[in-house]
This record gives sequence, C-alpha cells and structure tokens, in this order.
Amino acid sequence: MLEIKNLHASINGKEILKGINLTINDGEIHALMGQNGAGKSTLSNVLVGHPAYEVTQGSITFNGKDLLALKPEERSHEGIFMSFQAPVEIPGVSMVNFMRAAVNAKRKYLGKEPLTAGEFLKIMREKRKIVELDSKLSNRSVNEGFSGGEKKRNEIFQMAMLEPTFAILDETDSGLDVDALRIVADGFNKLKTEKTSALVITHYQRLLDYIKPDFVHVLLDGNIVKTGGPELALEIEDRGFDWIKAERAVKNEE
Amino acid sequence: MKSEQQYIELFQQCRQLLSSQSDVVLDALRDEAFRIFKRIGLPDKKAERYKYTDVQEAFSPNYGLNLNRLQFRINPYDVFKCNVPNMSTLLYFIVNDAFHSKEYPNAKPSGGIIISSLNEAAHLYPDLVSKYYGQIVRKAETPSINSEGGQIIDGEFVPLRKNNEPDAITALNTMLVQDGLFIYVPKNTVSDKAIQVVNVLTSTVDLLVNRRVLVVLEEGAKAKLLFCDESMSDVNMLATQVMEVYAGPSSELELYELEETNMKNKRFSNLYVQQHDKSKVTLNSISLHNGLTRNMTYVSLEGEESVINLYGGVIADKEQHVDNHTLVDHKVPKCVSNELFKYVLDDNSVGAFAGRILVRNDAQKTESQETNANLCVTKTAHMFTQPMLEIYADDVKCNHGATVGQLNEAALFYMRQRGISLDEAKLLLKFAFVGEVIDKVDLEPLRDRLHYLVEKRFRGELNKCSGCRLC
Ligand SMILES: Nc1ncnc2c1ncn2[C@@H]1O[C@H](COP(=O)(O)OP(=O)(O)OP(=O)(O)O)[C@@H](O)[C@H]1O
Ligand SMILES: [Mg+2]
Repeated sequence: MLEIKNLHASINGKEILKGINLTINDGEIHALMGQNGAGKSTLSNVLVGHPAYEVTQGSITFNGKDLLALKPEERSHEGIFMSFQAPVEIPGVSMVNFMRAAVNAKRKYLGKEPLTAGEFLKIMREKRKIVELDSKLSNRSVNEGFSGGEKKRNEIFQMAMLEPTFAILDETDSGLDVDALRIVADGFNKLKTEKTSALVITHYQRLLDYIKPDFVHVLLDGNIVKTGGPELALEIEDRGFDWIKAERAVKNEE
Repeated sequence: MKSEQQYIELFQQCRQLLSSQSDVVLDALRDEAFRIFKRIGLPDKKAERYKYTDVQEAFSPNYGLNLNRLQFRINPYDVFKCNVPNMSTLLYFIVNDAFHSKEYPNAKPSGGIIISSLNEAAHLYPDLVSKYYGQIVRKAETPSINSEGGQIIDGEFVPLRKNNEPDAITALNTMLVQDGLFIYVPKNTVSDKAIQVVNVLTSTVDLLVNRRVLVVLEEGAKAKLLFCDESMSDVNMLATQVMEVYAGPSSELELYELEETNMKNKRFSNLYVQQHDKSKVTLNSISLHNGLTRNMTYVSLEGEESVINLYGGVIADKEQHVDNHTLVDHKVPKCVSNELFKYVLDDNSVGAFAGRILVRNDAQKTESQETNANLCVTKTAHMFTQPMLEIYADDVKCNHGATVGQLNEAALFYMRQRGISLDEAKLLLKFAFVGEVIDKVDLEPLRDRLHYLVEKRFRGELNKCSGCRLC
C-alpha cells in the first residue's frame, strides 16, 4: 500500500527527516513512537502533503502512485486520512457544510453523483454513533469551542465519514479521558477492515491496548532506528528511549 | 476647472425647469442647498470625510440628467420575476429616481401606511412631508451651539468643527432632486409585511440620478424595509441617494440595503437616521457587487434608551471600490450602539471603513461596540480602516477594534486534507467570514437568500445583474 524510500524532508530549511524507509502493506497497523520533536508529525504532514514541508530526497508511492506528485486533496481522495495532533478550529464553517463538501468532493473524484441532503444527513447520523459524537457538536462550527477530547473524537468521526484506506492517527489518544479513549479506539476498530492500514503515532501503550499494532517503530532524530513487534511498545513504556539511544550510539561507533 | 462647476452652471440654467417639474415642498430647499454647494464645492482628497474616495473624479464626467421626466419604457413588474419562496413582501419599484406608481396586486399596505412617490406625497400631504423633508439632514448638520463654536459666512452658520459641516453630495442631491420615495407608518401601526423597494438603474446614455427617500415611523410604529439597487444597463451611471429616516419614540425599524450593480455604476449614498426615546433601529447593508460605492451613515441618538445596530458586509473584487463612512452620535444617556462591518477583498479591490462613535458629555451610561474585520484575499487588495472612538462622558462602556487579515492557512490545509479543493476551501472561509453579518438579518427568507447570493457571488456566478433576485 505505502512505500517510503530514503525520505528526507525539511521545514524552513532545517532538515527534520533524514532518510526514512518504511513499507506498510494492506491491512497492517504500524505504531510510530519516539520522543518529542523526533519528527513523527513531520512524517505525517509530509505524507498528507502539507505545503510547509519540503521533500529534498527520496520517494513515496501509494498504491503504485507517486504520492509526492499529488495535491493534498487528491491524496485524500486516494484514501489517505490524517487525524491531526492539533485539529484546527474553523469559525463560521458548520460541520455539516464542511463534511458535505469533503464527502462530495471525494465522490466527484471517484466519478460518483453527489449525495442529496437527505442521504448525507442520514450517513452523518449513522457515523456519529460510531464515536458517540454528540449531535450538538456536529451542528456547530468545525472544532470551534470543542474541548481537547471532543476535537479528537471529531477527527475519528470525520474518518468514519470519509472511509479512508490508510489512516494516520497523530496522537489521537492525547486529551482523551479513559472512557473516551475506549470509545474512540473501538470506533477506529469498527472502521478497520482487512484491506485498510494505519500509522498510529502515540506516546503510550494504553492506546495500543485497544488498537493492536503489527509493528512498532521508533523514530529518533529523523530516522527509524528500531522496529519490532507489539512488545517493543511495552518495553518503551517500561524503560523509555535511553536504551535505544545507547544501542544506536554503540552501533554508530562500530 | 473643478468638478463642481458644471453642476453649479447646470443648476442655474435649469432652476425654472426643476421648479416646474416638482412640488413646492421639494423646491423650497433647493436654493439653500445651492448656496451651501457653491460655498463648499465637491470635496477633494484632502477632505477628511472623503479621503478614501475620489469624489472630484467621480463627478467630473459630463453625465446627462433626466430633467424633463421622460418615462423609461419598462414595466419593472414584467421584467422582474419573483423567485424567493416564503418571502411575501410589499414590492415597489423605483426606476432611477422615479417611483413606479402602477399598482401591483400584492402591494397594498394596511392601516394608513403610505408608500408612494415623494413628489406626489409632497403634493398630497404637504404638511406631513414638509415636517420631515430635509429636516433630519438639517438637524444632523447643525452643531449644538453650546459645545461647538463657529461663525456666520454668507448668512449661514459655519461650525469650527469639520464634522458638522454640510455634506456636498447631500446638498447636490437636494438641489437637483425631482422624486424618490416616501414611506410613512402612523402611530402604533405595524407593517405586517416587509416592504421591498427595488431601485432599478437603467438608461441608454450616461446618466446622473438623484434619488431621495424619506422614511417616517411615528411613535410605536414598526416596519421592515429592504432596498435593492440593481443596474439594468451597461452605461455609466452616477447615482446619489439621500435617505432621511425618522424613528419616533418606541418605534422599531429594520432597514436592509443590498447593492447589486455593475462595474460602471457609481453610488454615493447618504443615510441620516434620527432616533427618539426607546426606538430601535437595525441597519444592514450588503455590497454584493458594484463599481464604486461610498455609503455614509449618520445616526443621531436623540432619545434615551435607543438602540442602533449598524451592520455591513462587503464583497469586492476586480477594481471595485467600497467605502463605508459611519458616525453614531450618542447625544443622550443610556443608548446602545452595536456596529459590525466585514469586508472580503479580492483582486485589486479597495475597501475603506471609517467608523466614528461620538459620545457627548451628556451621554452617560452609553454602551457602544464597534468592530471592523477584513479579509484581503490577495496582496493587491487594499483595505483602509479607521475606527474612531471619541468619548466626552465618563460613565460609559465602549469598545472598538479593527483587524485586517488573510485566509487562515492552517484551516485551508485542514480542509484540503479532508478532500476539499483549495478553491473550495477558500470559498468556505470567505463565506464563513461574511456569514456573520448575514446572520444578523432577522428576516429569515432574506437571510437564506443572502447566503445563497453570497455563495454565488464568491463562485463568480454573479458578475452581472440580471434582475431582482429577492422579491
Ligand atoms: N516551522 C518550523 N520551523 C522550524 N522547525 C520546526 C518547524 N516545525 C517543526 N519544527 C521542528 O521539527 C522537529 C520535529 O517536529 P515534529 O512536530 O515532527 O515532532 P514530533 O515527533 O511530532 O513531536 P511530538 O511528540 O512533540 O508531537 C522539532 O524539533 C520541531 O521543533
Ligand atoms: Mg507530533
């Protein structure tokens, strides 16, 4: 599904990603961990085509297509979704209008007719249930005045509406209370199919208790320095990152 | 030669003709207006009140005037088709400055309400019309003797402070006026339907139009008015409009203005509102499409516990120019004023907002809020903003602020990630931005209609006016 090769990317002339290699196959869940500032969100933003980041080297293919040649909206239509670490408030744009524009843009891209208002609202109601999003929230402006947890829940609601094949969750668990975490993670699992894949960025094992990763990667200073199974996340929870840094220092000396 | 010269000569030549074509009530104020006009001339760019709009240039071409009252051979009721569902209004037309008097089946006001040609009303109800005609302007332009000094020049009191100086365009309008509209709502009378007036601008040659509107709400009267300016012909039109509004004690007025003219249109509109005890007035003007527009609004709060809501939305692109100049004059205690103007400027358009709030010595317990927010979509669009709060009373709550910004990049990217194209995302943000002003419209069918029109406008589907869309 996704193949990242020797990816270098920078922002404001500062190199953040320094040669990432990562392959994600259909149906796989990959967890990405690493200290603050390691470059996790940078990688997500590059994947979805944020204009502030410049790719200086390397390639990304998504289902055989050159992802870097696509606009952000085209990547979305191709099936990529990112749950933002910090969702943006858009005063004056209602959730309904926003989602309708998004869903119908994708339908247009796929050569389908736009949904009627009735059909759309029906789908909206169904999907809201998946993450138990309050109807009051979906009647407001996009994220405006939402609490931190409500914003994260709203991200997964949008994911439900857009049915991506590849989802990036950038710290979707942060800001959620214990119950909300379970609801949102359950919602994600309901949306997951054998074909769909995900890159799950988190600092904590608790999310991975619900969303079970096939692989766990550690990003350090712009490189993936360690990859393992689910047990790697448990070990990080236990021991932090210093031992990985130490291992890497030894390796570099060799 | 300065631009005013041709109007001075024109007036001198046509003085007799003007008299023969209009009622004495309208005629009575011409000479005084002419004296003022001759003395002050048209403002140049050094004039503080007109610094954002080049009046000299706008008035310099040689426009024709329809002095002989030739009828334009259109029946607006045939040309305009009603296409707003749920909006049942009393619909009237003014063609250039002439009230279209042909009866329309739906247009029958109730309870002694008068809606008619101003010239005709002056003839039929001379006492009523002369009580208000020109008097609201006069009061607005008269400085209070105890607070402001001045001197007598040419038999006229000329104030030291520039703000109370008579307005040249109002004077010109009063000099040359031939007709317009009169709306009268008697004491404790409520107009159950909204009154919609479509100003149709049409001509085969370049034309100067001077339209005059007088709106009187007696004590306890209530009305909702909607004025739509529409241009129908592709010639250069210069339209001056002076509207005087008298809001009696405890009256309630909602006045909406929608401009949908073409690039060759120049609009100079001066609106004078006089409010008495416990009156409530809401003004909302939307500049949807235009050429050059300069709207001046002067609100005089003469009676305690009055409320004025003053809103405006501007959408401009290409070479369009919209200048809103407002003055809210808190003369007495316990009044409330709320002001919100929002502009979305694209391409090379120019926007200007000068909003002055004056709280005089006596106006204790004034509450006043003024906001001007602007979005410049391109680097070549220009916004001039000048909120002015002038407070001479000590026990007041006043706030004002202005912002000029660009589209929010983070929001644009968020929307694109969800699959919304960049153009569509920009449109949603612009739409949301002016939406705040449209949401202030109380008339629900009008509000829905405005949302629809604004969206069309942003999509570029409203470049040319094709008739009334609101009735
Ligand atoms: N606009 C910018 N200009 C310069 N440096 C930036 C900019 N944006 C991000 N960075 C830097 O890039 C690095 C990587 O940031 P990134 O947000 O990808 O980290 P992260 O791994 O997601 O961290 P966290 O766990 O805190 O979310 C950080 O050092 C950050 O300061
Ligand atoms: Mg991050």
